[in-house]
Amino acid sequence: MEILKTILSVTGISTVLTVLIIIAERFLNNYGECKIDINDSEKELTVDGGSSLLSSLASNKIFIPSACGGKATCGLCKIKVLSDVGPVLPTEEPFLTPEEIKDGIRLSCQVKIKKDIKVSIPEELFNIKEYHATVSRISDMTHDIKEYRLEFDAGEEIKFKAGQYMQIESKPYGKIKEKAVRAYSISSVPSDTKAVELIIRRVPGGLCTTYMHDHIKEGDRVRITGPYGDFYRRDDSDQYVFMAGGSGMAPIKSIAMDIIEKGIDKEMFFFFGAVGKKDLYHTEFFRNLEKEYPKFKYIPALSNAAPEDNWEGETGLVTDVMKNYIDTGSGKHAYLCGSPGMINACIKVLVSMDFKEESIYYDKF
Amino acid sequence: MNSPQISPFIIFFASIITSNMVLTNFLGMCSFISVSNEFKTASGLGKAVTLVMIFTTIINFAVYRFIVVPLELEYLRYVVFIIVIAASVQIIELAMDRFLPELHIKLGIFLPLITVNCAILGISLFMVIRDYNFVQSLLFGAGSGLGWWLAISTLAAIREKTNKSKVPQGLVGPGLTFIIIGLMAMAFMGFSGIFTIQ
Repeated sequence: MEILKTILSVTGISTVLTVLIIIAERFLNNYGECKIDINDSEKELTVDGGSSLLSSLASNKIFIPSACGGKATCGLCKIKVLSDVGPVLPTEEPFLTPEEIKDGIRLSCQVKIKKDIKVSIPEELFNIKEYHATVSRISDMTHDIKEYRLEFDAGEEIKFKAGQYMQIESKPYGKIKEKAVRAYSISSVPSDTKAVELIIRRVPGGLCTTYMHDHIKEGDRVRITGPYGDFYRRDDSDQYVFMAGGSGMAPIKSIAMDIIEKGIDKEMFFFFGAVGKKDLYHTEFFRNLEKEYPKFKYIPALSNAAPEDNWEGETGLVTDVMKNYIDTGSGKHAYLCGSPGMINACIKVLVSMDFKEESIYYDKF
Repeated sequence: MNSPQISPFIIFFASIITSNMVLTNFLGMCSFISVSNEFKTASGLGKAVTLVMIFTTIINFAVYRFIVVPLELEYLRYVVFIIVIAASVQIIELAMDRFLPELHIKLGIFLPLITVNCAILGISLFMVIRDYNFVQSLLFGAGSGLGWWLAISTLAAIREKTNKSKVPQGLVGPGLTFIIIGLMAMAFMGFSGIFTIQ
């Protein structure tokens, strides 16, 4: 009897409190319908107040880049908020520079919509969509790099600028119970609108790369969003200098092919850094490209070629090799994609060769 | 000591100073030590704790008097108090966001943390053990909250200074903090001649 009374009372008290919380949430967290005004009334959304700006925009198919899913740990979901939504929260502070705070940049996952709000979203982000795709081809590039072709479902088409990236969501596998969202650059050309190709290098212990390498097979379905990123080709350059390492080849391949397809008559040098011959891939593809377009030069450089490689090409650091081909940087644009260490080293060398800092575009990963 | 004779005001001041929750009863030590690096945040947490203490004391007083005692569930008071504290913190957070958005922005991230602050549970339990009436409980809750705020703000202010000064390697961090807390506890005890409730 006593036991029953205890159980009933505790359950009763908990239930009453839960109901109270639900009622409180219904009344207190109900901010009615709020309007989101995007880019000076260019687009107007009506949403139910009380949830975050990020999730309200996502439910209206406007995808702000976000890797952590709204937990204020990745700092990617920055957007400019024009109306007053209160001061910057302590959770946002670590991700914003003083200039950004002054400009009204906020983490959209931390801004709660309580009234009508005005925001400014870069035009590119409207282009970001969710795609449902089937893996139609997986090709081994090197011992740890694979290239994937993802065909979109009928009716879905993508518009992107060469150099941009997509985000893939991995599903739980094996002992991994969580989903992970990771970004990979597109290696195919923008004119190929019904599919994207991605080059993915296996990261030891990486959640998403392990998923892609070990668990995704041809014919599998994937969910991807994009295109994201401000690493894309700009016009007005006399000559293009590309430098990449590892899977950093992906956006460069896309940019170079895009230039050729559009018939832009400019010289291009592509320096690809690798350790040994086993790390080179797509060599034949670029050699053929060289033959067809004399203005395109592909220069792979091995930093530590093994004797059995029988390597006759360039050796040493990719930065040193580049200096042998490029005399000065004035009027030229450089596009870099690779590890932060490689990019920082390249920028240093490029600046010393009179490349303007604003003409050096890079994508660190 | 028969509690109802003690003036509520004595309880109020005593719980700020001589019977300080953290410095004499050692309750709420975890956040006291971990969130006392910066004065600004420490003071924010202190204010949030004070607010929650006042609210939960009122709610728990009512729950205890009108539900727990009539049902003869005194042995369950720990469980009941914890559930009530957790729920009221949730509702307080929602209400604050709605009606006092500025305060919510300042205290927002601390509120969920307070659910597990043992000083809050301590207040409700002491209130029952000492058989306080409503006014006494209310001022006890308010006083203890202010006392906790005073203690953590002071500690944070002192730690801001010690963080910048040279201290022996082995003492850096928690070691020195414990020594400071000990000295602070003694300083607060120095007032014990004025009024005492324990």
